[in-house]
Amino acid sequence: MEDHWEPKILAFLCNWCSYAGADLAGTSRIQYPPNVRVIRVPCSGRINPLFILKALQSGIDGVLVSGCHPGDCHYLSGNYIGRRKSATLKRFLEYLGFEEGRVQFSWVSAAEGGRFSQVVDEVTQDIKKLGPPRRFVKTSVEFGVRSSE
Amino acid sequence: MLSSEFVVRSKHINALNTELKTLNFSRAMIQEKIREKARELLSKKAVDLIIGFGEGSLPLRATPLFIRSLEETDRLIWNSFCENNLSTYLHKLSQFKVGLVVKGCDARSIIALSHEKRFKPDQLFLIGVPCQRMVDRRRVKKAVKGEILRAHEQGDQIIVEGEDFKTILKREDFLYPSCQGCIHRTPIKADVLVGDPVEEFPLIETYHEIEEFEKKSPEERWKFFEKESSRCIRCDACREACPMCYCAECFVDSSNPKWMEKGLSPQDLEFYHIVRAYHQTGRCSGCGACERACPMEIRLTYLTQKLNWDVKELFDFETGIDAETPPPLSTYEIEDKQEFIK
Repeated sequence: MEDHWEPKILAFLCNWCSYAGADLAGTSRIQYPPNVRVIRVPCSGRINPLFILKALQSGIDGVLVSGCHPGDCHYLSGNYIGRRKSATLKRFLEYLGFEEGRVQFSWVSAAEGGRFSQVVDEVTQDIKKLGPPRRFVKTSVEFGVRSSE
Repeated sequence: MLSSEFVVRSKHINALNTELKTLNFSRAMIQEKIREKARELLSKKAVDLIIGFGEGSLPLRATPLFIRSLEETDRLIWNSFCENNLSTYLHKLSQFKVGLVVKGCDARSIIALSHEKRFKPDQLFLIGVPCQRMVDRRRVKKAVKGEILRAHEQGDQIIVEGEDFKTILKREDFLYPSCQGCIHRTPIKADVLVGDPVEEFPLIETYHEIEEFEKKSPEERWKFFEKESSRCIRCDACREACPMCYCAECFVDSSNPKWMEKGLSPQDLEFYHIVRAYHQTGRCSGCGACERACPMEIRLTYLTQKLNWDVKELFDFETGIDAETPPPLSTYEIEDKQEFIK
């Protein structure tokens, strides 16, 4: 099973930059790994740490949060606020014993289609190296197996 | 690093020794002063009620006491078992003027709560007590065989008695972990201070346990967290005891979106403990009320202390030190660290 395992990665993309960046990658026919599932959010500051934890608990193999470069936020300061949340959450999860790289963060603007594909590529490689999560994933009630397996 | 730590520690012990000599005397004095102040406030009608500590119904316990009349003020006490963080009760008393007995950590919670506008500025009168650290009743219970029927303090000793034993224990061997590492024992913000301020120590003292823990591998760390959280019975005592946990609807109780199932699956317990701790980022005063409230004796402060340390390191912020500086997660600096972002 492990040989054919492809990670499922959840990407929270800011509507004003990274989401458009992903769109640009698509319209420009830039290839990127199909492992990523996109959720559009109004701003990277909108990310509630609960989203990330719930995703990990539900069997997602990796999470990417992507927002606007510093200074480019549509709401002026959302990405700065989000940056503080991300910094403390990332440190805290790693302190608890989550692997480094399970949750990742990036800045991608609307004009950076190529960069978006590159980021997704890197994240996918990282998660593939880590393998399926061995902790925190909720076992399915009916079958008693991990939902990611 | 090591030598400076040693200096800090030996300084610590010296200070403790001098402190202990005056301990008995100062405890009685503080108790008398608390009562005096309570009488004064109530007779002037400056407050509607006083929240302090009273004798508990079990040995080694003190209980929160709500005093409304002058006659009752003699029930107020002060000893090494006044462990509760009384600022928790403020949420239910928003229409009253309250006189509150606060230790160093409680006063920090008050400042943190004032950032979140949990009370009106003139609603509180803080009777600050320089704290001599509280005694861990569970460790005392474990140190003796048989049931403790009576307990009292004498200087730096705790004398516990049962049916067929009488044991004298050294007070400083039985302090709460959160008290051992406490760095702000004298209330920072208080309307009146009863007793002399005590010496303070730098944050490095608290950080010790976290540093040790960080040296372990991620697997070991997760195993420890798993072991601790698996004992949780979801009684929510940690949440209720915490002065900062006051959300009208806790994420635990929310049914839409439903973040958590009601059961005791290990992952849900882990989820609860991660989020409960993380929600304290930049808000926790490190009073340790959560850990003391836990009937399953789950280690909780190793999580919140880590967050406190991170906040200090990343944003140079300490909770409840300064009423002017906004909490770290409600503000930002353009220059914040971001090397973790691709």
